[in-house]
Amino acid sequence: MKRKFTCIICPRGCAMEADIQNGQVAVSGNSCSKGEEYAICECLHPVRTVTATLRISNRHDTMVSVKTQTPIPKEQMQAFMAQLRQHAVNAPVRIGDVVAENICGTKVIVTKAVQ
Amino acid sequence: MKKHDVVVIGGGPAGMAAAVAAYDAGCKDVVILDREPQLGGILMQCIHNGFGLHKLGQELTGPEYAAVYAQKVAQRNIKVYLETTVTGLTGDKIVTAQNRDGILKLQATGVILAMGCRERSRGALNICGTRPAGVYSAGTAQKLVNCMGYQVGKRVVILGSGDIGLIMARRMSLEGAKVEAVCEVMPYSSGLTRNIVQCLEDFGIPLYLSTTVIQVHGAGRLEGVTVAHVDQNCKPIEETTRYIPCDTLLLSVGLIPENELTRCAGVPIDPITGGALVDENCQTLIPGIFACGNVLQVHDLVDYVSEEAERAGAGAAKLVGDNIPIQAGISIQLGNGVRYVLPQTIRRTDEDVSLFLRVTQPFGKARLTVTDADRVLAAGKRLKAAPGEMEKLTVKAEMLKDAKGPLTVSLEVLE
Repeated sequence: MKRKFTCIICPRGCAMEADIQNGQVAVSGNSCSKGEEYAICECLHPVRTVTATLRISNRHDTMVSVKTQTPIPKEQMQAFMAQLRQHAVNAPVRIGDVVAENICGTKVIVTKAVQ
Repeated sequence: MKKHDVVVIGGGPAGMAAAVAAYDAGCKDVVILDREPQLGGILMQCIHNGFGLHKLGQELTGPEYAAVYAQKVAQRNIKVYLETTVTGLTGDKIVTAQNRDGILKLQATGVILAMGCRERSRGALNICGTRPAGVYSAGTAQKLVNCMGYQVGKRVVILGSGDIGLIMARRMSLEGAKVEAVCEVMPYSSGLTRNIVQCLEDFGIPLYLSTTVIQVHGAGRLEGVTVAHVDQNCKPIEETTRYIPCDTLLLSVGLIPENELTRCAGVPIDPITGGALVDENCQTLIPGIFACGNVLQVHDLVDYVSEEAERAGAGAAKLVGDNIPIQAGISIQLGNGVRYVLPQTIRRTDEDVSLFLRVTQPFGKARLTVTDADRVLAAGKRLKAAPGEMEKLTVKAEMLKDAKGPLTVSLEVLE
Protein backbone atom coordinates (compact mmCIF):
# COMPACT_ATOMS: atom_id res chain seq x y z
CA MET A 1 0.00 0.00 0.00
CA LYS A 2 1.27 3.48 -0.83
CA ARG A 3 0.51 6.63 1.13
CA LYS A 4 1.38 10.26 0.50
CA PHE A 5 2.40 12.68 3.23
CA THR A 6 3.39 16.25 3.67
CA CYS A 7 6.13 16.27 6.27
CA ILE A 8 5.36 18.49 9.26
CA ILE A 9 8.71 18.29 11.03
CA CYS A 10 10.04 21.54 9.60
CA PRO A 11 8.72 24.37 7.37
CA ARG A 12 10.26 22.79 4.27
CA GLY A 13 7.22 20.46 4.10
CA CYS A 14 8.63 17.67 1.92
CA ALA A 15 6.14 15.73 -0.18
CA MET A 16 6.86 12.16 0.88
CA GLU A 17 5.57 8.79 -0.20
CA ALA A 18 5.56 5.69 1.97
CA ASP A 19 5.32 2.17 0.62
CA ILE A 20 4.00 -0.21 3.26
CA GLN A 21 4.67 -3.94 2.76
CA ASN A 22 4.11 -6.45 5.60
CA GLY A 23 4.70 -3.87 8.33
CA GLN A 24 7.86 -2.58 6.63
CA VAL A 25 7.79 1.04 5.48
CA ALA A 26 9.93 2.41 2.65
CA VAL A 27 9.93 6.21 2.55
CA SER A 28 10.84 8.38 -0.42
CA GLY A 29 10.77 12.12 -1.04
CA ASN A 30 12.13 13.00 2.39
CA SER A 31 15.17 15.27 2.77
CA CYS A 32 16.30 14.07 6.18
CA SER A 33 16.11 11.18 8.62
CA LYS A 34 13.58 12.99 10.82
CA GLY A 35 11.19 13.02 7.87
CA GLU A 36 11.61 9.29 7.41
CA GLU A 37 10.99 8.71 11.10
CA TYR A 38 7.84 10.82 10.96
CA ALA A 39 6.50 8.99 7.90
CA ILE A 40 7.13 5.58 9.47
CA CYS A 41 5.45 6.68 12.67
CA GLU A 42 2.46 8.04 10.74
CA CYS A 43 2.10 4.73 8.86
CA LEU A 44 2.47 2.32 11.76
CA HIS A 45 1.22 4.08 14.89
CA PRO A 46 0.30 7.76 14.44
CA VAL A 47 0.06 9.58 17.77
CA ARG A 48 -1.18 13.05 18.80
CA THR A 49 -1.02 15.25 21.87
CA VAL A 50 -4.60 16.22 22.73
CA THR A 51 -5.45 19.43 24.55
CA ALA A 52 -8.83 20.40 26.02
CA THR A 53 -10.43 22.40 28.82
CA LEU A 54 -12.43 21.23 31.83
CA ARG A 55 -14.78 23.14 34.09
CA ILE A 56 -13.58 23.76 37.65
CA SER A 57 -16.27 22.34 39.95
CA ASN A 58 -15.66 24.60 42.92
CA ARG A 59 -15.28 27.89 41.04
CA HIS A 60 -17.87 29.94 39.22
CA ASP A 61 -17.47 30.02 35.40
CA THR A 62 -13.84 28.93 35.44
CA MET A 63 -12.14 26.57 33.02
CA VAL A 64 -8.77 24.90 33.25
CA SER A 65 -6.75 23.78 30.24
CA VAL A 66 -5.26 20.28 30.20
CA LYS A 67 -3.16 18.10 27.90
CA THR A 68 -2.13 14.49 27.50
CA GLN A 69 1.24 14.01 29.18
CA THR A 70 2.32 11.75 26.32
CA PRO A 71 0.78 11.56 22.83
CA ILE A 72 -2.03 9.05 22.36
CA PRO A 73 -2.93 6.95 19.29
CA LYS A 74 -4.61 9.19 16.75
CA GLU A 75 -7.70 7.03 16.39
CA GLN A 76 -8.40 7.26 20.13
CA MET A 77 -8.80 11.05 20.21
CA GLN A 78 -12.62 11.02 20.33
CA ALA A 79 -12.66 8.19 22.90
CA PHE A 80 -10.20 10.20 24.97
CA MET A 81 -12.47 13.25 24.88
CA ALA A 82 -15.52 11.20 25.94
CA GLN A 83 -13.68 9.86 28.98
CA LEU A 84 -12.05 13.17 29.83
CA ARG A 85 -15.44 14.90 30.11
CA GLN A 86 -16.34 12.67 33.07
CA HIS A 87 -13.47 14.01 35.16
CA ALA A 88 -14.08 16.74 37.70
CA VAL A 89 -11.37 19.21 38.65
CA ASN A 90 -11.25 21.23 41.85
CA ALA A 91 -9.16 24.35 42.31
CA PRO A 92 -6.53 25.21 43.29
CA VAL A 93 -4.46 23.52 40.61
CA ARG A 94 -0.95 24.18 39.37
CA ILE A 95 0.68 23.51 36.02
CA GLY A 96 1.66 19.85 35.88
CA ASP A 97 -0.98 18.60 38.38
CA VAL A 98 -2.53 15.30 37.29
CA VAL A 99 -6.31 15.43 36.70
CA ALA A 100 -6.62 11.85 35.42
CA GLU A 101 -4.20 8.99 36.00
CA ASN A 102 -4.89 6.98 32.88
CA ILE A 103 -7.03 7.80 29.86
CA CYS A 104 -6.04 5.96 26.70
CA GLY A 105 -2.70 5.14 28.28
CA THR A 106 -1.63 8.60 29.39
CA LYS A 107 -1.87 10.88 32.37
CA VAL A 108 -3.78 14.12 31.81
CA ILE A 109 -2.08 17.17 33.26
CA VAL A 110 -3.04 20.77 33.95
CA THR A 111 -1.52 23.47 31.72
CA LYS A 112 -2.87 26.57 33.48
CA ALA A 113 -2.78 27.44 37.16
CA VAL A 114 -6.12 28.26 38.83
CA GLN A 115 -6.06 29.69 42.35
CA MET B 1 2.22 62.35 37.66
CA LYS B 2 4.29 59.26 38.37
CA LYS B 3 7.53 58.86 36.41
CA HIS B 4 8.86 55.57 35.10
CA ASP B 5 11.84 54.64 32.96
CA VAL B 6 10.02 52.10 30.79
CA VAL B 7 6.25 51.64 30.47
CA VAL B 8 5.11 48.56 28.57
CA ILE B 9 1.57 48.67 27.15
CA GLY B 10 0.20 45.12 26.98
CA GLY B 11 1.10 42.07 29.07
CA GLY B 12 0.97 39.35 26.41
CA PRO B 13 4.02 37.45 25.16
CA ALA B 14 5.55 40.59 23.62
CA GLY B 15 4.98 42.82 26.63
CA MET B 16 6.29 40.29 29.13
CA ALA B 17 9.44 39.48 27.12
CA ALA B 18 10.11 43.19 26.49
CA ALA B 19 9.73 44.09 30.17
CA VAL B 20 12.04 41.26 31.25
CA ALA B 21 14.65 42.19 28.63
CA ALA B 22 14.56 45.88 29.62
CA TYR B 23 15.01 44.92 33.26
CA ASP B 24 17.86 42.54 32.52
CA ALA B 25 19.57 45.18 30.37
CA GLY B 26 19.86 47.33 33.46
CA CYS B 27 16.64 49.34 33.60
CA LYS B 28 15.16 48.65 37.03
CA ASP B 29 12.06 50.84 36.77
CA VAL B 30 9.77 48.91 34.42
CA VAL B 31 5.97 48.90 34.47
CA ILE B 32 3.52 46.66 32.56
CA LEU B 33 -0.08 47.78 31.97
CA ASP B 34 -2.68 45.22 30.83
CA ARG B 35 -6.46 45.29 30.58
CA GLU B 36 -6.98 41.60 31.45
CA PRO B 37 -7.04 40.19 35.01
CA GLN B 38 -3.89 38.12 34.30
CA LEU B 39 -0.74 38.36 32.22
CA GLY B 40 -0.44 36.22 29.10
CA GLY B 41 -2.62 37.92 26.50
CA ILE B 42 -4.05 35.75 23.75
CA LEU B 43 -1.87 32.78 24.81
CA MET B 44 -4.30 32.09 27.65
CA GLN B 45 -6.98 30.95 25.19
CA CYS B 46 -4.54 29.10 22.90
CA ILE B 47 -4.66 25.83 24.81
CA HIS B 48 -3.17 23.79 21.94
CA ASN B 49 0.48 22.75 21.92
CA GLY B 50 3.31 23.71 19.59
CA PHE B 51 4.60 26.83 21.36
CA GLY B 52 8.20 27.28 22.41
CA LEU B 53 9.96 24.77 20.14
CA HIS B 54 12.40 27.41 18.83
CA LYS B 55 12.78 29.66 21.83
CA LEU B 56 12.52 27.30 24.79
CA GLY B 57 13.45 23.99 23.17
CA GLN B 58 10.27 22.29 24.35
CA GLU B 59 6.75 21.96 23.05
CA LEU B 60 4.32 23.81 25.30
CA THR B 61 0.68 24.89 25.25
CA GLY B 62 -0.15 28.61 25.16
CA PRO B 63 -0.86 28.97 28.90
CA GLU B 64 2.35 27.10 29.73
CA TYR B 65 4.42 29.35 27.46
CA ALA B 66 2.80 32.40 29.06
CA ALA B 67 3.52 31.01 32.53
CA VAL B 68 7.26 30.77 31.74
CA TYR B 69 7.36 34.52 31.02
CA ALA B 70 4.90 35.48 33.78
CA GLN B 71 7.28 33.80 36.20
CA LYS B 72 10.24 35.75 34.80
CA VAL B 73 8.23 38.94 35.36
CA ALA B 74 7.35 37.88 38.91
CA GLN B 75 11.01 37.08 39.71
CA ARG B 76 12.00 40.65 38.88
CA ASN B 77 10.95 43.86 40.50
CA ILE B 78 8.59 44.75 37.63
CA LYS B 79 5.41 46.59 38.59
CA VAL B 80 2.33 45.07 36.89
CA TYR B 81 -1.01 46.87 36.69
CA LEU B 82 -3.76 44.41 35.72
CA GLU B 83 -7.35 45.24 34.70
CA THR B 84 -5.91 48.55 33.62
CA THR B 85 -6.82 49.89 30.20
CA VAL B 86 -4.54 52.40 28.54
CA THR B 87 -6.72 55.10 26.99
CA GLY B 88 -4.14 57.58 25.77
CA LEU B 89 -0.54 58.03 24.72
CA THR B 90 1.16 61.25 23.66
CA GLY B 91 4.25 61.83 21.56
CA ASP B 92 6.07 63.05 24.68
CA LYS B 93 5.33 59.69 26.32
CA ILE B 94 2.57 60.50 28.79
CA VAL B 95 0.51 57.32 29.25
CA THR B 96 -3.08 57.64 30.47
CA ALA B 97 -4.77 54.53 31.84
CA GLN B 98 -7.92 53.67 33.70
CA ASN B 99 -8.68 51.04 36.34
CA ARG B 100 -10.81 50.58 39.46
CA ASP B 101 -8.77 53.17 41.33
CA GLY B 102 -9.52 55.80 38.72
CA ILE B 103 -7.32 57.50 36.16
CA LEU B 104 -3.61 56.83 36.12
CA LYS B 105 -1.12 59.16 34.45
CA LEU B 106 2.45 58.05 33.92
CA GLN B 107 5.36 59.98 32.44
CA ALA B 108 7.64 57.46 30.73
CA THR B 109 11.17 57.88 29.39
CA GLY B 110 10.64 54.86 27.13
CA VAL B 111 7.34 53.34 26.01
CA ILE B 112 7.06 49.84 24.55
CA LEU B 113 3.93 49.23 22.49
CA ALA B 114 2.85 45.58 22.81
CA MET B 115 -0.92 45.71 22.32
CA GLY B 116 -1.20 42.83 19.85
CA CYS B 117 -3.93 42.41 17.26
CA ARG B 118 -7.63 42.15 16.90
CA GLU B 119 -9.50 40.06 14.37
CA ARG B 120 -10.94 41.23 11.08
CA SER B 121 -14.72 40.93 11.30
CA ARG B 122 -17.58 40.11 8.95
CA GLY B 123 -18.24 43.80 8.31
CA ALA B 124 -14.80 44.19 6.73
CA LEU B 125 -15.56 41.43 4.21
CA ASN B 126 -18.90 42.72 2.95
CA ILE B 127 -20.50 39.26 2.96
CA CYS B 128 -24.11 39.80 2.00
CA GLY B 129 -27.16 38.21 3.58
CA THR B 130 -28.93 38.38 6.93
CA ARG B 131 -27.39 39.04 10.34
CA PRO B 132 -28.21 35.90 12.34
CA ALA B 133 -26.57 34.64 15.54
CA GLY B 134 -23.84 32.08 14.96
CA VAL B 135 -21.30 34.17 13.04
CA TYR B 136 -18.13 34.50 15.10
CA SER B 137 -14.56 35.50 14.55
CA ALA B 138 -12.45 32.39 15.19
CA GLY B 139 -10.65 33.90 18.18
CA THR B 140 -13.93 34.86 19.85
CA ALA B 141 -15.18 31.30 19.41
CA GLN B 142 -11.86 30.09 20.82
CA LYS B 143 -12.36 32.18 23.94
CA LEU B 144 -15.98 31.04 24.34
CA VAL B 145 -15.04 27.36 24.00
CA ASN B 146 -11.71 27.28 25.82
CA CYS B 147 -12.08 29.86 28.56
CA MET B 148 -15.84 29.93 29.15
CA GLY B 149 -16.85 26.37 28.32
CA TYR B 150 -19.60 27.09 25.78
CA GLN B 151 -20.24 24.95 22.75
CA VAL B 152 -20.68 27.65 20.13
CA GLY B 153 -22.22 25.43 17.44
CA LYS B 154 -22.78 21.95 16.06
CA ARG B 155 -22.40 22.29 12.27
CA VAL B 156 -19.62 24.63 11.38
CA VAL B 157 -18.22 26.29 8.27
CA ILE B 158 -14.91 28.12 8.62
CA LEU B 159 -13.93 30.92 6.28
CA GLY B 160 -10.18 31.49 6.11
CA SER B 161 -7.45 28.89 6.49
CA GLY B 162 -5.15 30.88 8.74
CA ASP B 163 -3.84 29.08 11.79
CA ILE B 164 -6.59 30.21 14.17
CA GLY B 165 -9.26 28.87 11.82
CA LEU B 166 -7.46 25.54 11.48
CA ILE B 167 -6.92 25.22 15.22
CA MET B 168 -10.61 25.93 15.80
CA ALA B 169 -11.62 23.29 13.22
CA ARG B 170 -9.88 20.69 15.38
CA ARG B 171 -11.10 22.11 18.65
CA MET B 172 -14.76 22.20 17.53
CA SER B 173 -14.43 18.64 16.17
CA LEU B 174 -13.03 17.38 19.48
CA GLU B 175 -15.92 19.08 21.30
CA GLY B 176 -18.41 17.14 19.19
CA ALA B 177 -19.20 19.59 16.38
CA LYS B 178 -19.16 18.65 12.70
CA VAL B 179 -16.95 20.95 10.66
CA GLU B 180 -18.41 20.87 7.16
CA ALA B 181 -15.77 22.86 5.33
CA VAL B 182 -12.88 25.26 5.55
CA CYS B 183 -13.00 27.78 2.68
CA GLU B 184 -9.97 29.81 1.59
CA VAL B 185 -10.28 32.59 -0.95
CA MET B 186 -6.63 32.32 -1.99
CA PRO B 187 -5.32 29.39 -4.07
CA TYR B 188 -3.10 28.38 -1.11
CA SER B 189 -3.52 28.15 2.65
CA SER B 190 -1.81 30.70 4.84
CA GLY B 191 -1.69 28.23 7.73
CA LEU B 192 1.26 26.10 8.82
CA THR B 193 1.48 22.67 7.13
CA ARG B 194 1.49 21.10 10.55
CA ASN B 195 -1.95 22.56 11.21
CA ILE B 196 -3.36 21.47 7.84
CA VAL B 197 -2.31 17.90 8.67
CA GLN B 198 -3.21 17.73 12.35
CA CYS B 199 -6.31 19.93 12.37
CA LEU B 200 -7.98 19.11 9.04
CA GLU B 201 -6.67 15.82 7.63
CA ASP B 202 -6.83 14.05 11.00
CA PHE B 203 -10.53 14.88 11.24
CA GLY B 204 -11.43 14.44 7.59
CA ILE B 205 -12.34 18.12 7.19
CA PRO B 206 -12.26 19.31 3.56
CA LEU B 207 -10.26 22.43 2.65
CA TYR B 208 -11.65 24.26 -0.39
CA LEU B 209 -9.11 26.62 -1.94
CA SER B 210 -10.08 29.58 -4.18
CA THR B 211 -13.47 29.41 -2.48
CA THR B 212 -15.30 31.95 -0.37
CA VAL B 213 -18.58 32.51 1.46
CA ILE B 214 -20.75 34.88 -0.55
CA GLN B 215 -23.98 34.83 1.43
CA VAL B 216 -25.17 34.18 4.97
CA HIS B 217 -28.70 32.75 5.48
CA GLY B 218 -30.96 32.51 8.52
CA ALA B 219 -33.34 34.65 10.53
CA GLY B 220 -32.67 34.11 14.26
CA ARG B 221 -29.82 31.62 14.03
CA LEU B 222 -27.56 30.92 11.07
CA GLU B 223 -29.09 28.24 8.81
CA GLY B 224 -26.50 27.98 6.09
CA VAL B 225 -24.02 29.75 3.85
CA THR B 226 -23.63 30.00 0.10
CA VAL B 227 -20.08 29.40 -1.09
CA ALA B 228 -18.56 29.88 -4.53
CA HIS B 229 -15.28 29.39 -6.35
CA VAL B 230 -13.44 32.57 -7.18
CA ASP B 231 -11.45 33.53 -10.28
CA GLN B 232 -7.87 34.89 -10.33
CA ASN B 233 -9.17 38.28 -9.22
CA CYS B 234 -10.95 36.75 -6.23
CA LYS B 235 -14.35 37.43 -7.82
CA PRO B 236 -16.98 34.73 -7.18
CA ILE B 237 -17.97 32.62 -10.23
CA GLU B 238 -21.77 32.52 -10.40
CA GLU B 239 -22.11 28.98 -11.82
CA THR B 240 -20.11 27.46 -8.96
CA THR B 241 -22.32 28.57 -6.06
CA ARG B 242 -23.41 25.92 -3.60
CA TYR B 243 -25.36 25.94 -0.33
CA ILE B 244 -23.92 24.42 2.85
CA PRO B 245 -26.31 24.02 5.78
CA CYS B 246 -24.66 25.05 9.07
CA ASP B 247 -25.47 26.76 12.36
CA THR B 248 -22.08 28.40 12.85
CA LEU B 249 -19.69 30.38 10.66
CA LEU B 250 -16.22 31.09 11.99
CA LEU B 251 -14.18 33.83 10.36
CA SER B 252 -10.41 33.48 10.37
CA VAL B 253 -9.70 36.18 7.85
CA GLY B 254 -6.78 38.11 9.19
CA LEU B 255 -5.49 40.07 12.13
CA ILE B 256 -5.25 43.82 12.42
CA PRO B 257 -2.52 45.32 14.62
CA GLU B 258 -4.27 47.31 17.34
CA ASN B 259 -2.52 50.62 16.79
CA GLU B 260 -5.03 53.21 18.04
CA LEU B 261 -2.65 54.36 20.79
CA THR B 262 0.24 54.40 18.34
CA ARG B 263 -1.71 56.77 16.08
CA CYS B 264 -2.73 58.85 19.12
CA ALA B 265 0.95 59.47 19.78
CA GLY B 266 1.55 60.43 16.17
CA VAL B 267 3.82 57.46 15.41
CA PRO B 268 4.03 56.87 11.63
CA ILE B 269 2.57 53.54 10.49
CA ASP B 270 3.64 51.26 7.61
CA PRO B 271 0.55 50.83 5.42
CA ILE B 272 1.55 47.25 4.53
CA THR B 273 2.30 45.79 7.97
CA GLY B 274 -0.28 47.96 9.74
CA GLY B 275 2.36 48.48 12.43
CA ALA B 276 4.82 51.27 13.20
CA LEU B 277 7.86 52.03 11.05
CA VAL B 278 10.84 50.90 13.13
CA ASP B 279 14.62 50.59 13.24
CA GLU B 280 16.65 47.50 14.19
CA ASN B 281 15.89 48.03 17.89
CA CYS B 282 12.15 48.19 17.16
CA GLN B 283 12.23 51.92 17.87
CA THR B 284 9.57 53.89 16.03
CA LEU B 285 10.15 57.25 14.36
CA ILE B 286 9.36 58.93 17.70
CA PRO B 287 12.49 58.50 19.82
CA GLY B 288 11.78 56.50 22.97
CA ILE B 289 8.66 54.77 21.64
CA PHE B 290 9.24 51.12 20.69
CA ALA B 291 6.91 48.51 19.22
CA CYS B 292 7.06 44.70 19.23
CA GLY B 293 4.97 41.60 18.76
CA ASN B 294 1.76 41.47 16.77
CA VAL B 295 1.14 45.20 17.12
CA LEU B 296 4.23 45.67 14.95
CA GLN B 297 3.70 42.83 12.48
CA VAL B 298 1.56 39.72 12.54
CA HIS B 299 3.78 36.78 13.51
CA ASP B 300 3.38 33.05 12.77
CA LEU B 301 5.13 31.83 15.91
CA VAL B 302 5.14 33.23 19.42
CA ASP B 303 8.82 32.30 19.70
CA TYR B 304 9.66 35.06 17.22
CA VAL B 305 7.40 37.48 19.12
CA SER B 306 9.48 36.91 22.24
CA GLU B 307 12.73 37.45 20.33
CA GLU B 308 11.50 40.66 18.74
CA ALA B 309 10.25 41.91 22.11
CA GLU B 310 13.63 41.23 23.68
CA ARG B 311 15.24 43.50 21.10
CA ALA B 312 12.69 46.21 21.87
CA GLY B 313 13.17 45.82 25.62
CA ALA B 314 16.95 45.91 25.44
CA GLY B 315 16.76 48.85 23.04
CA ALA B 316 14.52 50.79 25.41
CA ALA B 317 16.83 50.12 28.36
CA LYS B 318 19.85 51.28 26.36
CA LEU B 319 18.05 54.47 25.43
CA VAL B 320 17.11 55.19 29.04
CA GLY B 321 20.73 54.62 30.08
CA ASP B 322 22.73 56.47 27.44
CA ASN B 323 20.28 58.64 25.57
CA ILE B 324 21.81 57.74 22.22
CA PRO B 325 20.88 60.41 19.69
CA ILE B 326 18.82 59.17 16.79
CA GLN B 327 20.69 59.17 13.50
CA ALA B 328 18.97 59.31 10.18
CA GLY B 329 19.89 55.73 9.26
CA ILE B 330 19.80 53.69 6.09
CA SER B 331 16.39 53.02 4.61
CA ILE B 332 15.29 49.67 3.17
CA GLN B 333 13.31 49.29 -0.03
CA LEU B 334 11.13 46.44 -1.28
CA GLY B 335 12.38 44.60 -4.36
CA ASN B 336 10.86 41.86 -6.45
CA GLY B 337 8.68 39.31 -4.63
CA VAL B 338 8.89 40.96 -1.21
CA ARG B 339 5.72 42.24 0.46
CA TYR B 340 7.33 43.90 3.46
CA VAL B 341 10.57 44.10 5.43
CA LEU B 342 11.20 44.97 9.05
CA PRO B 343 13.00 47.06 10.17
CA GLN B 344 12.38 49.78 7.60
CA THR B 345 15.47 51.70 8.76
CA ILE B 346 18.89 50.66 10.10
CA ARG B 347 20.48 53.25 12.35
CA ARG B 348 23.45 51.55 14.01
CA THR B 349 25.80 49.85 11.61
CA ASP B 350 28.27 48.49 14.16
CA GLU B 351 26.26 45.34 14.89
CA ASP B 352 24.75 42.54 12.79
CA VAL B 353 21.15 43.33 11.85
CA SER B 354 18.44 40.75 11.19
CA LEU B 355 15.80 41.60 8.60
CA PHE B 356 12.35 39.97 8.77
CA LEU B 357 10.29 39.75 5.63
CA ARG B 358 7.34 38.15 3.94
CA VAL B 359 7.13 37.23 0.28
CA THR B 360 4.22 38.23 -1.96
CA GLN B 361 3.11 34.72 -3.03
CA PRO B 362 4.28 31.09 -2.78
CA PHE B 363 7.59 30.49 -4.58
CA GLY B 364 9.64 27.36 -5.25
CA LYS B 365 13.43 27.45 -5.03
CA ALA B 366 14.47 31.04 -4.51
CA ARG B 367 17.29 33.29 -3.36
CA LEU B 368 16.74 36.23 -1.07
CA THR B 369 19.20 39.10 -1.26
CA VAL B 370 19.96 42.38 0.44
CA THR B 371 21.78 44.73 -1.93
CA ASP B 372 23.32 48.19 -1.67
CA ALA B 373 23.36 49.44 -5.27
CA ASP B 374 25.18 46.53 -7.00
CA ARG B 375 26.83 45.13 -3.90
CA VAL B 376 25.23 42.07 -2.25
CA LEU B 377 25.31 42.51 1.54
CA ALA B 378 23.52 39.29 2.45
CA ALA B 379 21.87 36.41 0.64
CA GLY B 380 20.10 33.21 1.49
CA LYS B 381 18.69 30.32 -0.54
CA ARG B 382 15.29 28.81 0.20
CA LEU B 383 13.85 25.56 -1.13
CA LYS B 384 10.51 27.30 -1.00
CA ALA B 385 9.03 30.50 0.34
CA ALA B 386 5.42 31.26 1.26
CA PRO B 387 3.63 34.37 2.54
CA GLY B 388 2.57 32.41 5.62
CA GLU B 389 6.13 31.93 6.78
CA MET B 390 8.25 34.85 7.87
CA GLU B 391 11.77 34.85 6.45
CA LYS B 392 14.86 36.11 8.25
CA LEU B 393 18.08 37.39 6.69
CA THR B 394 21.00 38.66 8.73
CA VAL B 395 23.31 41.37 7.43
CA LYS B 396 26.77 41.27 9.01
CA ALA B 397 28.11 44.43 10.60
CA GLU B 398 31.20 44.43 8.37
CA MET B 399 28.95 44.45 5.30
CA LEU B 400 26.81 47.26 6.71
CA LYS B 401 29.74 49.46 7.66
CA ASP B 402 30.28 51.03 4.23
CA ALA B 403 26.69 50.75 3.00
CA LYS B 404 25.28 53.96 1.60
CA GLY B 405 21.67 52.85 1.18
CA PRO B 406 18.94 52.62 0.40
CA LEU B 407 19.21 48.84 0.68
CA THR B 408 16.96 46.66 -1.48
CA VAL B 409 15.59 43.32 -0.35
CA SER B 410 14.41 41.10 -3.17
CA LEU B 411 13.65 37.55 -4.18
CA GLU B 412 14.97 35.84 -7.26
CA VAL B 413 13.39 32.59 -8.47
CA LEU B 414 15.94 29.81 -9.09
CA GLU B 415 15.42 27.09 -11.65
